[in-house]
Amino acid sequence: MSPTIPYEYKYLRAKKRFPHVWCPGCGIGIVMGSIIRAVDAMGWDKDDIVMVSGIGCTSRMPVYVDFNTLHTTHGRGLAFGTGVKMANPRLNVMAVMGDGDSLAIGGNHIIHAARRNIDITAIIVNNNNYGMTGGQFSPTTPPGAKTSTTPYGMIEPGFDVCKLMDGAGASFVARGTVYHVTELDNMILKAFRKKGFSVVEALAPCPTNFGRANRLGGPVEMMQLLKDNTINLSQLKAMKPDQTEGKIVRGIFVDRDSISYGDRYAALCENARIGSGG
Amino acid sequence: MIVPWGETRLVQGNEAVALGAVAAGIGFFAGYPITPSTEIAELLAKYMPLLDKKWIQMEDEIASISALIGGRLAGSKSMTATSGPGFSLMQEGLGYACMTEVPIVVVNVMRGGPSTGLPTQAAQGDVMQARWGTHGDHPVIALAPCNVKECFELTIRAFNLSEIFRTPVILLPDEIIGHMRERVRFPLEEDVDVVPMPVPDVPVEWYEHYHESTSNVSPMASFGSGYRYHVTGLTHDKDGFPTRKEDEVIAKMERLKHKITRRLDELEDVQMHDVEESSVVIFAYGSVYRSALAAQAILKKKRKTVGIFRPVTLWPFPDRTVKEMLDSKDVVLVPELNQGQIIHEVERMTRDSVRVVPLHRIDGYEITPEEIVDAVMEVI
Ligand SMILES: Cc1ncc(C[n+]2csc(CCOP(=O)(O)OP(=O)(O)O)c2C)c(N)n1
Ligand code: SF4
Ligand SMILES: [Mg+2]
Repeated sequence: MSPTIPYEYKYLRAKKRFPHVWCPGCGIGIVMGSIIRAVDAMGWDKDDIVMVSGIGCTSRMPVYVDFNTLHTTHGRGLAFGTGVKMANPRLNVMAVMGDGDSLAIGGNHIIHAARRNIDITAIIVNNNNYGMTGGQFSPTTPPGAKTSTTPYGMIEPGFDVCKLMDGAGASFVARGTVYHVTELDNMILKAFRKKGFSVVEALAPCPTNFGRANRLGGPVEMMQLLKDNTINLSQLKAMKPDQTEGKIVRGIFVDRDSISYGDRYAALCENARIGSGG
Repeated sequence: MIVPWGETRLVQGNEAVALGAVAAGIGFFAGYPITPSTEIAELLAKYMPLLDKKWIQMEDEIASISALIGGRLAGSKSMTATSGPGFSLMQEGLGYACMTEVPIVVVNVMRGGPSTGLPTQAAQGDVMQARWGTHGDHPVIALAPCNVKECFELTIRAFNLSEIFRTPVILLPDEIIGHMRERVRFPLEEDVDVVPMPVPDVPVEWYEHYHESTSNVSPMASFGSGYRYHVTGLTHDKDGFPTRKEDEVIAKMERLKHKITRRLDELEDVQMHDVEESSVVIFAYGSVYRSALAAQAILKKKRKTVGIFRPVTLWPFPDRTVKEMLDSKDVVLVPELNQGQIIHEVERMTRDSVRVVPLHRIDGYEITPEEIVDAVMEVI
């Protein structure tokens, strides 16, 4: 009897592109697994999926999945994705990005993608630092944390990705972690189902850089931290304010229906033609 | 009908660029407003929805060129229009398009620089940026129109060349050309040569995104057409996947170079007037070429013969023809709306005995025929 191969493999460039570049204990591969399971649940044809990314450890993901894959320049994944989606609205476009990629150099692009409500799912792997370049601080590095460019501790406040995206107008905003995998699978699936701009922030460990710089232990200890330091929305409701101190909340924060950019553009074309009598 | 096929109209240069884009089959425009190019974006915002084509104003020029590349990968001919400050921001995307061999058209209506410079006035200060602005060795094609009709024609040619060579093409009108109005007789639609987007015809499993062919260019599949492939700005192999193997890196980089340098005949486009019989030649492009023509006529009346050499395709530079035609001249006068850029290329291609003389104008105004006449009289 031949061993059963997990169904996820049929979405991978399994023979050609592995082994992958990620460190042992890195959280990015787990997010990739969640994406694949959500894609499978959607029943999408691989030919109709485009995964774009920027630059960083997270942004190396497209090379491993058997979709149309576009590894772009640092921070610009969503801008490239906007072009793809506009040129061919039939394609299912997702963007995978690191916290630096999406919120520092790509910060302008993500707020405008959210404001336009372009029909793209953005998946942000938040490992609280710039993994690829050796662990410099990012816009989500917590206050006080050590990184290679904050040897005396981080003095800048960080972004709350979900609040930022809510304020900018995204249709769907959620935060999960790579410890709570089933929950993350579900969030990504719901994000894919949503018309308009959807964002899932996935908290993930970078043991090699952030973990080591802050003496957080190895991959297992960092996973434990994701378990201990986060609460879901119902836990939040049940807890007293002083109990939630320092906890990061997981859950779906925004889920609203607003017309996507693509639909508004299609209506504009229609109206323009009627107006011009053509 | 947006393009007035077969009709005669009074048209602005930028308008002719927009009409040329429509004629070439533009499917996607992404841009960010900037003088003196804005009319192109504005007119396309009006035309494109009528044709069910996609138009978007992005948050900046980096986003614009990035979106363009995405748009072309998804199967739409794509163009943007900008000017100096925006062109600087687009260098990142230009390099990406060169490296990943995605055909796009970038119009840079040149204004005075550096920095914000002279927003409403003319310059030719970006010709070297067009050649070398993005980092790394890379191929470049750039065309410089000299009148409104050419804005139309060369925009179509820019689209065609971008598809034929699978590379970004830069159109470089200066502000004078972009903003001038002229009577243009538009051709009949059937007389215009529009190159369709090449598509692969091999079975999916045989497809190589960067297939090595004798032309050094292979047809590019679009996302969603059933050929799944990977695109990366990292140096890559024939299938598009990152590589650091020496032979694959060298093969990629040499092919990028050779696809231009081995097909120069298809790219070279020069106009010459009385060059052979003259010992003094004016080397001019863009709006300055117009003044050179007028200067030549004035000089003719004074019984002085001068030649004019005009590159229409600026990059790749017409090395061989410059050498062949100008290497035996006494004087080559190079008037430019900058402090001396293309002149270095002319110097590079001519022996020391040829006096290569600059004529600059950098105050945002045109070089007049009289200035050229005076400069010629001084050197002969
Ligand atoms: C324009 C530009 N600036 C800087 C870099 C260098 N760089 C590569 S990845 C990176 C940060 C990546 O951090 P993040 O987006 O958080 O991704 P991670 O590696 O943590 O997944 C930087 C600064 C680059 N590639 N391009
Ligand atoms: S450096 Fe950090 S983010 Fe990058 S692969 Fe290693 S663990 Fe993952
Ligand atoms: Mg990161």
